[in-house]
Amino acid sequence: MSFAALLENWDFDDVTLQINACTEADVRRALSKSKRDLQDFMALISPAGDAFLEEMAQQSYRLTRQRFGNTLQFYIPLYLSNLCANDCTYCGFSMSNKLKRKTLSLDEIEAECLAIKAMGFDSLLLVTGEHETKVGMDYFRQALPIIKRHFSYLTMEVQPLAEAEYRELCQLGLDAVLVYQETYRRRTYAKHHLKGKKMDFDWRLDTPERLGRAGIDKMGLGVLIGLDDWRTDSFFAALHLKYLQKTYWRSRYSLSFPRLRPCSGGLVDKTQMSDRQLVQLICAYRLLDGEVELSLSTRESAQFRDKLFPIGITSLSAGSSTQPGGYAQANQALEQFEIDDSRAPQDVAVAVQNAGMQPVWKDWEKGYSKIL
Amino acid sequence: MLTIANTQFSSRLITGTGKFASGQSMQAALSASGTELVTLALKRLDLVQNKDDILAPLQELGVRLLPNTSGAKTAEEAVFAARLAREALGTNWLKLEIHPDQRYLLPDPIETLKAAEQLVKEGFIVLPYCGADPVLCMRLQEVGCAAVMPLGAPIGSNRGLLSKDFLDIIVEQSQVSVIVDAGIGAPSHAAQAMEMGVDAVLVNTAIAVSPNPVAMGRAFKQAVSAGRTAFEAGLGSVQKNAEASSPLTGFLEHL
Repeated sequence: MSFAALLENWDFDDVTLQINACTEADVRRALSKSKRDLQDFMALISPAGDAFLEEMAQQSYRLTRQRFGNTLQFYIPLYLSNLCANDCTYCGFSMSNKLKRKTLSLDEIEAECLAIKAMGFDSLLLVTGEHETKVGMDYFRQALPIIKRHFSYLTMEVQPLAEAEYRELCQLGLDAVLVYQETYRRRTYAKHHLKGKKMDFDWRLDTPERLGRAGIDKMGLGVLIGLDDWRTDSFFAALHLKYLQKTYWRSRYSLSFPRLRPCSGGLVDKTQMSDRQLVQLICAYRLLDGEVELSLSTRESAQFRDKLFPIGITSLSAGSSTQPGGYAQANQALEQFEIDDSRAPQDVAVAVQNAGMQPVWKDWEKGYSKIL
Repeated sequence: MLTIANTQFSSRLITGTGKFASGQSMQAALSASGTELVTLALKRLDLVQNKDDILAPLQELGVRLLPNTSGAKTAEEAVFAARLAREALGTNWLKLEIHPDQRYLLPDPIETLKAAEQLVKEGFIVLPYCGADPVLCMRLQEVGCAAVMPLGAPIGSNRGLLSKDFLDIIVEQSQVSVIVDAGIGAPSHAAQAMEMGVDAVLVNTAIAVSPNPVAMGRAFKQAVSAGRTAFEAGLGSVQKNAEASSPLTGFLEHL
């Protein structure tokens, strides 16, 4: 059964009611178990879970250290293009947004790679808007071999592609793909994705399965927190994770929890999530799954990130620029969203060390990539 | 003395290098553990920029390096990584690790056997991480592995010798060194393994993640040594029942 078919069995509002009905006894039961299921996850993210936040954090800390040790993986995004053929209510790259558009040439990509490499990174996240004709497979076929020369591990966050296309990109050095569903409620999804191929909820929802069949090393899931009820949407992200882990067991998984940030022409977060609630969600994900990677971007403030490092996070970006060409030459008018933690990577590394952990810049060998 | 491929080690504690809070912390803990054979993941080494916190501290310690293929999901990937490790680190010793299962990191027996056979032919001294499967261990021995490294429990789980009964069979049958790899979470687990007669144990998480890695390294050193001494001294047999002081068949002697 596909995940789309599985999702048909669930009603978003029912799940919201179930989560909100969880009691302190449910949370206590979940905390006392050594293996937790999705029912336990509901209790842990519920309003009743708030009273147990410290205990959740302590358990999350222990589980994370046991699996990942006293280390944190570092990565950095490289924005290749801000061209986009979609209109999404929350994103600065939306096509109707008056924004100077830019797609990096191959020479500019090389310059960006050198600038990033000089910062010490070996794990790179490639980001584009979603523009299939101008920034599609033809562009990726040219760009990836250039980039892979410089970096061991390549992750992509671009428009969803077909299975055969993912297979081809893996052979050019692609290792991981992030594809966030944004929200698992169709109605809300339709409200925020107004034009372009991203309107197709099912094509996006099916992407991780195409990635699994293509043999990708890692895939990243997540919802954009602020579009709908964060608890319910996060429950569906967890349901999606559990489905994929059983089906595509050779792949690794990561979860992200981006909260809406101000962007040029964008909407304001209507479904607020407090810092405390974000901590609750991170701990709940960890308590549900000791192995999943939890990734934290520079959307969050430096001060907050420093406190989150030990709790459950396993990888983080640092020194990020969300504009194409931003490492070799900065230009704020091109950016996707405002970043909050603007410290240099080495300063973040020091903060990580001060928290008693070792920054890991390289954790992959190119020979493990599926390069032909 | 522990002997692997005609090389002798006075310590029977093999250690890992992952999960430490810093290179210094790793160096101090490994030094306290007395280890002489240390495994390190090729994927963590930055051989281009020479910017890693692992290799230099190990070279300072003067331990023998045992590069591993952690991250490989197939025999082909592991063989590739092994060749790279040999070239980069100048050693033909290799800890073969192939675990496509991403949750419990359990080793793939089919790919492991295939890679071991190839690597032995290429002149590697192969120490394969494998399930506690006595038949698989015999097969690995047959293709020329210098030791076998069956798991006690899943990597990093600290759950001890869950596979004890099968480890017993492996120790009984094996003609190469048996090293219990993975799952050893406390010095008492290590001592228990050594008392069973395994030749060595490999410990990483329990030392690296301890609040005091140096003290924990020392504790493992003592436990491994105590367990080995007990094995060599010979443990008393364990019985469920008391030995009867009035035997039922004593009368036969008077007939």
